[in-house]
Amino acid sequence: MPSVKIPKKSTDNDMTPFVDIAFLILSFFMMVTKFKPDEQVEVKFPNSVSADAVPEKDVFTVLVDKDSRVFVTMDNAQFRKTLIENLNNTRSLGLTPAEMKNFINASAMGVPFSQLKSALAMDPENLKKFKQPGIPCADSTGGELYYWVRDALVAYSGRKLNLLIKADNNTKYPGFKNVLTAFKKNDQNKFMLITAPEDAPAGTALYVTRAKQAAAPKQ
Amino acid sequence: MASLDTGGGDSGHKKGPGVKKAKRLSTRVDMTPMVDLGFLLITFFIFTTTMAQPTAMKLYLPKDVDKPEEQNKVKESGAFTILLGSNDQVYYYEGLDPTKLQATNFKGIRDEIIKKKQSTNPEDLVIIIKPSEEATYKNTVDILDEMTISEIKRYAMVDISSGEYQLVKATEAANGIK
Repeated sequence: MPSVKIPKKSTDNDMTPFVDIAFLILSFFMMVTKFKPDEQVEVKFPNSVSADAVPEKDVFTVLVDKDSRVFVTMDNAQFRKTLIENLNNTRSLGLTPAEMKNFINASAMGVPFSQLKSALAMDPENLKKFKQPGIPCADSTGGELYYWVRDALVAYSGRKLNLLIKADNNTKYPGFKNVLTAFKKNDQNKFMLITAPEDAPAGTALYVTRAKQAAAPKQ
Repeated sequence: MASLDTGGGDSGHKKGPGVKKAKRLSTRVDMTPMVDLGFLLITFFIFTTTMAQPTAMKLYLPKDVDKPEEQNKVKESGAFTILLGSNDQVYYYEGLDPTKLQATNFKGIRDEIIKKKQSTNPEDLVIIIKPSEEATYKNTVDILDEMTISEIKRYAMVDISSGEYQLVKATEAANGIK
């Protein structure tokens, strides 16, 4: 039986444009991406209609997790050093320079002063795994958090320090109120709560105002 | 397959006599591993990237004033108190009488705020927010958000009094909310 020979066509196709696009997308994501700093506490924050950006510099963040454990963290290593030195002197913690260095490199701290020395004596890997009990602040004076806030303010000595509160959806109100008390006792009355963005619901007063602002020509 | 074609065919140059013909090596490069790696990285970055940056909600609290004469007075006609209970329940009353407590939720409270805003002199309107111990942080943020949404200029966050707390508890018990 005579068979019809189909000429074999090359399956070779030029993938260059495809690769071009792929790498374009790759570079886009590499530029845009911002790595989440590793935090010991997982916090799911609520939504709000607020459109303000979170300040990135000079921040003092108080984290409150769902069990109302309180942690503090500061972004600037230089001021973290001043903070721990101040605390060491004023609260006579008796930290060694190595322990202070450990604090500077650690992310969020949430241990009472009585345990701070032993916590910082651990090596960083163990400290990450260690379940920190949180800074005690459940009284009307702001507890130990008061001293953290005070010494952070001292470290900044008059420069603007942004106070951020990052609390979990399921944090009970008293846990949040204790943090406010600790700030208020330090005469700090302006804070920022970290939230996820959300649009203003249609038909509300804010929605109307925002629509007007958007429609108005920019000056 | 995936390869870079750099025109490896005969380019037409005639070599002179005596010039040895060099063996042509293919300049085609197999690009498959590179593409694999490229897409691996794309997937990695897509997963790690956080597009929606968190926003900050400003909260300015007044200073604590101990002396009663320095505290702000609220007109009864303009006062509207919102109590936050457990399980995302919201209670409210107009004026200064907590026994007129009414139950609603976060969906219903917006209409009540708007109603109150329209029926009250804007200068007198003060909303007092009192989260109870069972209220969550999300409830607090949500209710502060309602203030922004309805553009309430004057509101205050105050601790719940024990009398009001009892009322909230009693209402919750009556409504079968744990």
